[in-house]
Amino acid sequence: MSSRGSHLILIAATLLVVGFMLVLPLLVVFSEALAQGWDFLAEALREPDAQAAIRLTALVAAIAVPVNAVIGVAAAWCLTHFSFRGRKLLIGLIELPFAVSPVISGMVYVLLFGLQGWFGPFLMAHGVKIIFALPGIVIATVFVTLPFVARQLMPLMQALGTEEEQAALTLGASGWQMFTRITLPRIRWALLTGVLLCNARAMGEFGAVSVVSGHIRGATNTMPLHIEILYNEYNLPAAFAMAALLALLAIATIGLRLILEWQGRRAEVRGQQAIWVNA
Amino acid sequence: MIELNGIRKVFGAAHVLRDLDIGFARGEFTALLGRSGSGKTTLLRLIAGLEQPDAGRISFEGQDCTHLPPAARRIGFVFQSYALFGHMSVFENIAFGLRVRPRRLRPNEAEIRHRVETLLSMIRLHGLGDRLPAQLSGGQRQRVALARAMAIEPQILLLDEPFGALDREVREELRLALRDLHDRLGLTTVFVTHDEEEAHALADRIVVLEAGRMIADRRQAGEDQGFDGLQRRSSRAFDTTLTLEKAIAAPASTGLR
Repeated sequence: MSSRGSHLILIAATLLVVGFMLVLPLLVVFSEALAQGWDFLAEALREPDAQAAIRLTALVAAIAVPVNAVIGVAAAWCLTHFSFRGRKLLIGLIELPFAVSPVISGMVYVLLFGLQGWFGPFLMAHGVKIIFALPGIVIATVFVTLPFVARQLMPLMQALGTEEEQAALTLGASGWQMFTRITLPRIRWALLTGVLLCNARAMGEFGAVSVVSGHIRGATNTMPLHIEILYNEYNLPAAFAMAALLALLAIATIGLRLILEWQGRRAEVRGQQAIWVNA
Repeated sequence: MIELNGIRKVFGAAHVLRDLDIGFARGEFTALLGRSGSGKTTLLRLIAGLEQPDAGRISFEGQDCTHLPPAARRIGFVFQSYALFGHMSVFENIAFGLRVRPRRLRPNEAEIRHRVETLLSMIRLHGLGDRLPAQLSGGQRQRVALARAMAIEPQILLLDEPFGALDREVREELRLALRDLHDRLGLTTVFVTHDEEEAHALADRIVVLEAGRMIADRRQAGEDQGFDGLQRRSSRAFDTTLTLEKAIAAPASTGLR
């Protein structure tokens, strides 16, 4: 077979898989959500429990994403700037949330903070509620989305090296000035991409959150959990309405990510072309 | 001026510097010569505070500064790769050392502008302040790196293979300019090179390192054999006669000292 022929077959197969596995389901979600018309869609999303779920999801993401951005930057920084015993192990550990089933991530926190858990009696005595409440959902979400930012940053930081940062120090910059004026601007596109992916996952996380949430309607149900409840109640139109909103988030994430990558590349190319022009 | 006593530096199993004693007198122009792996760059980085010695003491003017962070040492350092800030214009690169000063020591915007413009004229890049480093040639970048280091008015200037990546013509031009700068400002300069000819052409004193030890330390005999044998007057790389004194020596009034 000619290489051109095999090219075409591979491309066709890829398109088929992408179309069947990714695009078609997405179309189903939107067509089902709109099957009863725009008014129904708006009504379904305005329903109090749905509103509560949307608010809770936004709140969880608003806490978990900044926390992970900070942790991710700090972790990537440490792992690329210092060499110490156990560094390789730590790099591996950062990926643990990707490797472990989200349900287990949730279970772990129930075993730690739940009523029967290690810290349960202590927390109970001090009137702190973590499991089946907002803190538990936030902790589970932070855990599940931990790797996104660090993974995005580490290869870039490795490639950029530390000389510019050292130059800043010799010019009198404090550690903080070096970070805000040199480190951060250099990693900003990668950081934004990481934050974006982290946010998409934080809003969409089901397994870990499901275990720690307790499914209290209007109180601890996030959007994915609410979709499941509606689905189990055979309220398919309402379930698809919510699902469409989440799917829209995913599409927006992909779109923004493409723009960010294009921006980052453009900044690079600008510099490169300029060299040729001036050479 | 700079004294290093009993300096030892170990990376893992590699003994990079072995109980080294060396001093640099005020106004001296020293070349650290040696093969790669001889410890010369590490020595330079120790003086700048970018590395900490495993043993030994470093002092400036008799003051112990072994553990002083690099920011507090106020040493001009020119990296082999220049390490210009790629996301900042040439102007902002040079202004960086002024902008990061504590508020009470920071010159105002007009003074910063004046000083950077003066330094830009000195390195003959007047009008290119808005360029990004990537838009400059290698020789131009090298000069920006030097101007950036000079903006903090250092008394000590350290250069790590400053001309290594440049072609011969540019290299010789910049050598002359560097020596000129050193002489006019009375700097104490240490530069690392593996090019023996460059060391001879430029330095008052040549220190040869091998495997972390000093194996030779000699002063160049007559002025004629050293730098002045070259045609200093033909230097066109820096416009030192016009602007240097203004750039470096003037700012007593700006509260920089």
